[in-house]
Amino acid sequence: MVNSDDIIIARDLVKKFGDFTANDHLTFSVKKGEVFGFLGANGAGKTTAIKVLCGLSYPTSGELTVSGYNIYTHREKIKQNIGYMSQKFSLYEDLSIVENIHFYAGIYGLSNKVIRERTEELIGMLDLQNVRNKLIKDLPLGWKQKISFSVAIFHRPSVVFLDEPTSGVDPITRRQFWQMIYDAAHSGITVFVTTHYMDEAEYCDRVSIMVDGKIVALDTPLNLMRLNDSVNMEGVFLKLARQ
Amino acid sequence: MNSEIMVEARDLCKNYGTVTALDHVSFSVNKAELFGFIGPDGAGKTTLLRILATMLKPDTGTVRIGEYDAVNDYRKIRNMIGYMPGKFSLYQDLTVEENLQFFAGIFGSTIKDNYYLINDIYDQISPFKNRQAGKLSGGMKQKLALSCAMIHKPDLLLLDEPTTGVDAVSRKEFWEMLRKRKEDGITIIVSTPYMDEAGKCDRVALFQNSKILSTDTPENITANYGSVLFAVRTSNMYTLIHDLKYCPTVRSAHSFGQYIHYTDKEINATMSDIEYYLRGKGHSEIEIRQIDATVEDCFMRLMLND
Repeated sequence: MVNSDDIIIARDLVKKFGDFTANDHLTFSVKKGEVFGFLGANGAGKTTAIKVLCGLSYPTSGELTVSGYNIYTHREKIKQNIGYMSQKFSLYEDLSIVENIHFYAGIYGLSNKVIRERTEELIGMLDLQNVRNKLIKDLPLGWKQKISFSVAIFHRPSVVFLDEPTSGVDPITRRQFWQMIYDAAHSGITVFVTTHYMDEAEYCDRVSIMVDGKIVALDTPLNLMRLNDSVNMEGVFLKLARQ
Repeated sequence: MNSEIMVEARDLCKNYGTVTALDHVSFSVNKAELFGFIGPDGAGKTTLLRILATMLKPDTGTVRIGEYDAVNDYRKIRNMIGYMPGKFSLYQDLTVEENLQFFAGIFGSTIKDNYYLINDIYDQISPFKNRQAGKLSGGMKQKLALSCAMIHKPDLLLLDEPTTGVDAVSRKEFWEMLRKRKEDGITIIVSTPYMDEAGKCDRVALFQNSKILSTDTPENITANYGSVLFAVRTSNMYTLIHDLKYCPTVRSAHSFGQYIHYTDKEINATMSDIEYYLRGKGHSEIEIRQIDATVEDCFMRLMLND
């Protein structure tokens, strides 16, 4: 069944490296405006799957459309219609806040007028007027993460991929960050997120758990807890993730 | 110095130019204690562990490790500690086994002598013992680094964020292993940004903005939270956090998974008071329970200083 509201549709997606199967027949779909948690132990195949979903590598077999574009025929279109943020690679440390915004916006081909307008809007929203020309390396980690997320959705992508976005962030900033995620989802942006914080898994609309390249569970956090007889997602994860 | 104490740090300060990394930090760690520094990135944890590892000198203040001074007797101290930095620092072009042999060798020990210490983690990477360390996955690099830090049977093990980026299952196994090493008599100091790991330590120091906010057992920290804490859930979580944050008598409201943790300024506030307020805001399927505070609740209260 193809629902026009589905931003990501993956069917029997396989990715092999030699004789090693990193992603083994992944089938799932993610709706518009949904916050989708993509969980799994280290080495389960999450990063490989995200690279395929972002159009950075081709699947070995299977079907995939992201934002209506087919991975085999419109890989570049997929890249233009998604946003990406990770803990490791986010912003250029030796550029200022505004320079980073302009750089990323320029890459996505936004016009100067749009860039100017949205930059002012963003600087206002994040309350950065006084630090707009500061270098990224001089900012606290929590600010970097928030700016990094804002930059990742600056070109209004249909889906944003967040790879462990809150790793190492203090508990207050972590919650503010999730508020930004909710706001983005409410504005219609689909959020695809990985995390090792199990309380954050509970903030997702739906969660998938990957084990050895396969998706072994996919449901709302509440249903997963009921099915696995657990009071929280930590319990679910500990039960399923090492089989 | 008390013979039960392994580490005694007094009034440590460290600045990098105009940036303060440590601001009058004092603490002590007992022998065979599992001691945690809990705090976000940038709090100063790495600077502190580097000073304890004698890799860095404090601007002011003193550290004693066992009977030695960290600045004057650093050679003695380096023989008795095992240090695992946050950044992978083994030889990338040596194999797994060669790295381990190297670290055992420079301390005049052998893998065989102390294999029992690393048995439960090294077992998981030994199938790859002929692979170059640089070509291991992140999780395996961490296991190898820890093995190398322990293979000479140190008195004191210093672990800088060993579980960052590690999944919940591996983290659980990791802490079970640390507990065993503590029972072998090794003193362990570990830093982590994961608040839920505080409960695995004998004592913790909560660390934020270059300062220790509180040092105690996790049980005492949570017992001293100081107000009645409620977990609240309704059918509309998106508006619930907003409605609780703007409740006229709110003291704090923070998301915790599927619940909001709420405290009220009114000491006598009851569950029915909160329920009444939420019904007025149009909430239904209201669930409210009184709960014990977690270390994360306490950390946020100390951070916000309220």
